[in-house]
Amino acid sequence: MYSEKVMDHFMNPRNQGEIPDADGVGEVGNPTCGDIMRIFLTVKDNIITDVKFQTFGCGAAIASSSMATELIKGKTLEEAWEVSNKAVAEALEGLPPIKMHCSVLAEEGIHKAINDYRIKNGLEPWEEKGGHTHSHDDLTDEE
Amino acid sequence: MDHSATTATDPAVVEAMLPWFSINYGNPSSLYRLARDSKAAIEDARKRVANAIGAKPEEIYFTSGGTESDNWALKGAAFALQKRGNHIITSAIEHHAILHTCQYLEKHGFQVTYLPVDEFGQVRIEDLRAAVTDKTILVSVMFANNEIGTIQPIPEIGAFCRERGILFHTDAVQVIGNLPVDVAAMNIDLLSLSAHKFYGPKGIGALYIRKGVRIDNYLHGGGQEHRKRAGTENVPGIVGLGVAIEKAVVDLEVKTSRIRALRDVLLDRILHEIPNTRLNGHRTMRLPGNLNVSFEFIEGESLLLLLDHAGIAASTGSACSSGSLEPSHVLLAIGLPAEVAHGSLRLTLGVENTQEDVNYACDEIKKAVERLRAMSPLYVDYLKKRSCNV
Repeated sequence: MYSEKVMDHFMNPRNQGEIPDADGVGEVGNPTCGDIMRIFLTVKDNIITDVKFQTFGCGAAIASSSMATELIKGKTLEEAWEVSNKAVAEALEGLPPIKMHCSVLAEEGIHKAINDYRIKNGLEPWEEKGGHTHSHDDLTDEE
Repeated sequence: MDHSATTATDPAVVEAMLPWFSINYGNPSSLYRLARDSKAAIEDARKRVANAIGAKPEEIYFTSGGTESDNWALKGAAFALQKRGNHIITSAIEHHAILHTCQYLEKHGFQVTYLPVDEFGQVRIEDLRAAVTDKTILVSVMFANNEIGTIQPIPEIGAFCRERGILFHTDAVQVIGNLPVDVAAMNIDLLSLSAHKFYGPKGIGALYIRKGVRIDNYLHGGGQEHRKRAGTENVPGIVGLGVAIEKAVVDLEVKTSRIRALRDVLLDRILHEIPNTRLNGHRTMRLPGNLNVSFEFIEGESLLLLLDHAGIAASTGSACSSGSLEPSHVLLAIGLPAEVAHGSLRLTLGVENTQEDVNYACDEIKKAVERLRAMSPLYVDYLKKRSCNV
């Protein structure tokens, strides 16, 4: 059911781990839904020089975390903010429809980590552009 | 190690089926010799099924499998008895073939009580007694659960229903070849079974209907199966079911003791060698091959993917693997928090499994759980908290 790319990132996750003195940390999801994602950032001169993740979740959640960290590493905060859930899913060569929320979780995790950094540095947090939040509502009725 | 999902058809069963495809392919309803052979083969299989569960041959009706048998039993009984009452009692941990059929019946004027279960997954007779009203026409409680393997007090429920003149149906799909079944001694009125769960072919099953019990037809059409179940008979499937069920109940105790012993070794190793693990279901009142455990801090689908990579087929009650977004209704019904239900793993052993399989599976499960915990924020937090408290 998963693409080769998803399986590759699931079996060999990139940037898995923790940055103890991270400049920004974002955590999204909840255990009841079965997925939690935590993103750690090191930021130097507005550039993400290091990023790590910890994820509790399914194969798609772990692969989305791994891919998302790859996509934002070395980027400016502005560029990283623009990495959408669609970009994560496309880079993974697609996700099953019921797993798209995993990529949304990754986007939200990045946003939360960036805003954590901004708040810690006395900056205004950026606003979410509206649209999606990590929700299962649009997927429930599929019987 | 996913025998509760399905089993490989026994080569002897396949061999018995083969002539009924292109050599003896007659339609049992036709009048010539070729057809008479098919008819005789069906009646022979009917006897074998009846013998295996303590029934009479004329009480066995062939269906397309467990789902059809469940649908027929419930809808057929409900609509046949609706003048007497509209109340049905079932349990919260039934297979979806029962639960979704009950939900359908609720839309058609029936009232359904879903009995809770205790922490081990067993229905309590007191709860059943309290739920019965003068409108109760049918009780349907599964013989043993497909996810956690818990065996229900079927003889007690059967006796209770018989005393009150309430029809009793049981979904025994997981049970044939695992536990002895005697429909007469257990006061069972209707029983569903499915061949592919006991080394028979897919697409064939049966419904036992006790003599004297009248339920409405489910499939309408020709006069097959004593005018109770229309449709040209699946002769090869029926033959396969007959051979498979006969083999399944021979030396039942010897076969299941071996599988139970393997399961116990695997279970003990998992519980002892992997911390923060719990057994789901009953320790002893469970199907011999069934093992269901929850590993804290990880999610079941990712565990299945790692095990699949190691060549181990398993299943989970996590939402993420089922195509729905809710974790298993069975695990929630025995009181597991959703996050623990997400971390569940079911292994169901069968005749092919060996001691080496069990050792290998345990080693791979250990590795996979460690690997997923290492990346789980829940586990990292747990370790930090623990080291603070020491």
